[in-house]
Amino acid sequence: MAQRQVLLIEDEPHIAEAIRFILGRAGWQVMLEANGAQALARIAELRPEAVILDLMLPGRSGLEILTDLRADPRLAATPVLMLTARGQARDREAAEQAGATAFLAKPFANADVVAALEAIAGAGTPGGAAAAVAGPGQR
Amino acid sequence: MARSALTGTRIRERRTALHVKQADLARSVGISAAYLNLIEHNRRRVGDDLLETLARALGVEPVALSEGAEAVLFDGLREAAVGAEKAGPELERIEEFVGRFPGWAAVLADRQARVGALERVVEAYAERMAQDPFLLDNLHEVLSAVTSLRSTAAILAETEDIEPEWRNRFLRTMAEESLRLSGTAESLVGYLDEMETAETGLAAPLEQLETWLAGRDWHLAELETDAPPAPEALIEGVPELASAAARELALAHVARAAAEARALPLAAFSDALAELGPEPGLLAARFGVPVGMVFRRLATLPPGLPGRVPAGLVACDGSGTLTLRRPVPGFAPPRFGAACPLWPLYEALARPAQPVRAVIDMAGRLPARFLAYAWCTQHPVGGFDGPVLREAMMLLLPAPPGREGNERAVGSSCRICPRAGCPGRREPSILPER
Repeated sequence: MAQRQVLLIEDEPHIAEAIRFILGRAGWQVMLEANGAQALARIAELRPEAVILDLMLPGRSGLEILTDLRADPRLAATPVLMLTARGQARDREAAEQAGATAFLAKPFANADVVAALEAIAGAGTPGGAAAAVAGPGQR
Repeated sequence: MARSALTGTRIRERRTALHVKQADLARSVGISAAYLNLIEHNRRRVGDDLLETLARALGVEPVALSEGAEAVLFDGLREAAVGAEKAGPELERIEEFVGRFPGWAAVLADRQARVGALERVVEAYAERMAQDPFLLDNLHEVLSAVTSLRSTAAILAETEDIEPEWRNRFLRTMAEESLRLSGTAESLVGYLDEMETAETGLAAPLEQLETWLAGRDWHLAELETDAPPAPEALIEGVPELASAAARELALAHVARAAAEARALPLAAFSDALAELGPEPGLLAARFGVPVGMVFRRLATLPPGLPGRVPAGLVACDGSGTLTLRRPVPGFAPPRFGAACPLWPLYEALARPAQPVRAVIDMAGRLPARFLAYAWCTQHPVGGFDGPVLREAMMLLLPAPPGREGNERAVGSSCRICPRAGCPGRREPSILPER
């Protein structure tokens, strides 16, 4: 069976490296994208099983990327784990509205990254994910 | 009932200060000396009518007997009670507390004021942090560095079989991120050091202005001359006006007060008061000035001026936010948050340029009645296309004697208002309802 693929969109190289190491140990193939403007094209090209998306990206915010992703019928079902800053309730609310599948607050415990990703990817049969994002307002 | 447990003490103090015998006072108000004795020892409650009669005989306002100087203390203590999350204090015994431990009560009220002031500082900082781009950028930097440090450190600590190549890489990461973190922390500390401390002073700007005005009996005598000083000169070096925001408010207030002093000269105003009484509409017509100007003038007359009556004043803008609070005994406007929605002030706000007059009954330990005049002015500040600003004011004068029964039941603010079943209530009260 092929390795499960996840695309990590994160501009902080050290955070990206740590996540890549942690998830790699857990059996994931992690692909990196640091540029928000390229993110959507990379998702369309790679069609990963899940996306980990940082909210604060230079060039293009994670919110905009997420909104476009949910509007694209080919990609809308992709589960998205959103990385937000701890304590920024407003950011989180906005990401919820935009259709994030789950959240992880920075700074995080390493085990939580793995658990959060497994949770959204596990439920991530294309049909199930589509149903989950059909009404983003209802979470 | 505990509502005026100390009223008797105050009656006794006042009577002995006047060297009036108990029996004489009792006779003059038509009760027995024994009954007055019970009242003076706080063992009988004084009815509203008897209190008014006693107050008249002793030459004081009824509210001075029922509230006394502790009124401010009570407000402070009630505010403290609002903040108490667990095991609320025995509010019904608040008078006993103040009466038996005035020193401790003062300490508690003082601490409460300090807490309120500090909370405002925190709010000011929180607001600043939510908007200041420099702080936001720096916090993002800190968060990123901490995130990668935490993850990297955990990897190093928890991965026993880590390859040397990875281990060296992560150690380098930690060194770099630590440097970044200390650099950001340094720049944050420097920035916070430079923040002007005056801008986050302990009292809200409006409160600073009101403290200054209260210290001067709300009257600025300097403005009553033919050549009054410039507003800037009048407020220069005033310690109460600690923040730039308070000084700006004070400048605006002084400029308005100067215009009022010019348009309504004291001597002429005093004569008109003697002739017309304190009826703001008639006075405005006599002098050909806006009603609001007469409101403010009536509330800022010098003590001792013939014809002057004690007057309270509150003003608000179109959002209902109080912009000036001149209290009088028996009427303590809320220091934070919104006021009673049943105030005639808000009725006037909804009906600009129409007179509103009502006798109001302020909820308190002893209900205090006032004759309230309210008026709202509109200012089309931007011409026909610009916004129209509203300013409503409510003037509180002593109520006519005797109860009509149709007084409007109002309060200060829902949290410290005891009125049961009030149609305007927007949040529960901390006081036992009555």
